[in-house]
Amino acid sequence: MVTSAPLWSVLVVPVLLAAFTAVAVAADALLAARADGRRLSMGVVAPLAEVPRLLAAQRRTTLAPDPLLWRLGLATVPVAGVLSAVVIPFGQVTASRMSVGVVWFNAMEVLTWAGLWMAGWGPNSVLSLVGGYRFVAQGLAYELPLMFALISAAAGAQSLDVAGIASAQGRLWFVVWMPAAFAIYLASVYAFSFLGPFGYPAGRDLAGGMLAELSGPDRLVLQAGRWLLLTAGAGMAVPLFLGGGAGPLLPAWAWSAVKTVAVVFLLVWGRRRLPVLRADRYAELAWVVLIPLAIAQALAVALVVLTTGGTP
Amino acid sequence: MLQLFLLLASALFAIGLYGVLSQQSIVMIMMGLELMLNGVTVAAGAFWHYVAPASAPGQVILVVVVVAMAVEMAIGFAVVTAIFRARDVDMADMAADLKR
Amino acid sequence: MTSAVFWVLAPLAVVSGFGVFRFNSMARATFALLISFLASGGLLIWLGLAYLGTVVILMMVMEMVIMAVFMIAYMMNPAGLMPMSMLHNRRGSLAISVAAFALLAVGILVTPWPHRAGAPPRDATFALGEALMGPQMLTMITLGFALFATMVGAVVLATHRGRYDRFGDDLKRRPPADPARGGVGQ
Repeated sequence: MVTSAPLWSVLVVPVLLAAFTAVAVAADALLAARADGRRLSMGVVAPLAEVPRLLAAQRRTTLAPDPLLWRLGLATVPVAGVLSAVVIPFGQVTASRMSVGVVWFNAMEVLTWAGLWMAGWGPNSVLSLVGGYRFVAQGLAYELPLMFALISAAAGAQSLDVAGIASAQGRLWFVVWMPAAFAIYLASVYAFSFLGPFGYPAGRDLAGGMLAELSGPDRLVLQAGRWLLLTAGAGMAVPLFLGGGAGPLLPAWAWSAVKTVAVVFLLVWGRRRLPVLRADRYAELAWVVLIPLAIAQALAVALVVLTTGGTP
Repeated sequence: MLQLFLLLASALFAIGLYGVLSQQSIVMIMMGLELMLNGVTVAAGAFWHYVAPASAPGQVILVVVVVAMAVEMAIGFAVVTAIFRARDVDMADMAADLKR
Repeated sequence: MTSAVFWVLAPLAVVSGFGVFRFNSMARATFALLISFLASGGLLIWLGLAYLGTVVILMMVMEMVIMAVFMIAYMMNPAGLMPMSMLHNRRGSLAISVAAFALLAVGILVTPWPHRAGAPPRDATFALGEALMGPQMLTMITLGFALFATMVGAVVLATHRGRYDRFGDDLKRRPPADPARGGVGQ
């Protein structure tokens, strides 16, 4: 039975999320070193050494920027990641047991649209602006399939409460009988953190897109925001599709942590393996193929729930 | 308390009305319309909570208003696109006549 | 019961709503409108309509970002770097809107509002869903048709190329002649 922790636990959420994000970044560094053939001694924590370096580095200024929108947009990205993680249950405890937790997660992750558009518009630079617009186009492509994947999970558990969805997977995890929704959800995690195959908005052909004009603390905020979003998305996959804290030997919070780390490793591994897709290749695919697939998945889930009167 | 919410709603409605009447650009007029519908949303929510909280049709009205906002934006942007393609400018004054 | 939440969110909604028409920069005006919507979404959540408030936040963030794209595309002065006044009949519209607010305020303060009848349901979201699928099914069907008509109408108004531009005069050209190729080859 998942209980809601007292109000101060909302402050624990960023700390916990940052811990898992450090694991993600370390895994990324490990795989990068292995791909290069380097040995990795202290290299696992090398990306974390970037944090003080970027904090001390000088900020870049451009001609006639919009400083209010620029800073606001940059700050929105990590804030969106942290706010969307507030509803994720960790074992048997959740920071905020909202009755509409799934919709809250969706709403907070959509804040990245606003943040990244503002981060692209702020510096008054062409490559930044193109990066911001590319992200909006990517957002339009992934958002509807993501919504239908979330609806499939909610319909399977007949509840919008994340903890309720986690506890409705007692007999069979949702990943087993909703594979299309799980695949679409993982692709959307890549898309809203613009890493891996959907890293097109910050692509190398744009000199980094929104990252092109960033240096110093601004760059740290946006890079940290990307990885926080990836980790929050991975954390949300656990109660939605992988059964939450359920498991034989360990306590619930240990199983939550293990499953979150497993999904994070999967996403970081996929980031190195999959090529970056151009928008004109996946945008039409998302609208013409993924949306009907996601709707069909939701329909299948609804039929199963209606005929069996619950989960199978 | 209901009256405070309704005053907020009518303030938003009046600001939106000012925008709709005074702005020249069609997109800004649409923003004024959005503000007016925002006011209606707050008023409908306040009525549901303070007058009839047990009625589900009260919530259905909110759904209808939110859908009206979405529909208005979609058609409004399509109309702005069509006008911009025809005249290369988005002023409402010059869209008073439909012929080229 | 006038709570701190109301006295934070309500002035925020009004001030940012007013800021929409005061900013020179169109991007800032759009995000001022977004802040106004976020404040009213927060007020709806505080009133107990958790689902509807969160849906308002979700939809409005997406709509405002799309509106920002359109504003930058179509308006003359998107960044506000050249101050120009894009208003007509400013005093007349100010008078009309102030008069409207005054009339509404007088009506609000004078009307004898009914007392609260009943208590909110335990799960307001479930009650809304049951109503839409049961007694209010006609409303649901009408909304569905309205949204479908909107989609079709918006595409018809916005596109300036038809079948014959894409597939040639005999409708036999494959793949279609588009400025940007799609990923599926449609």
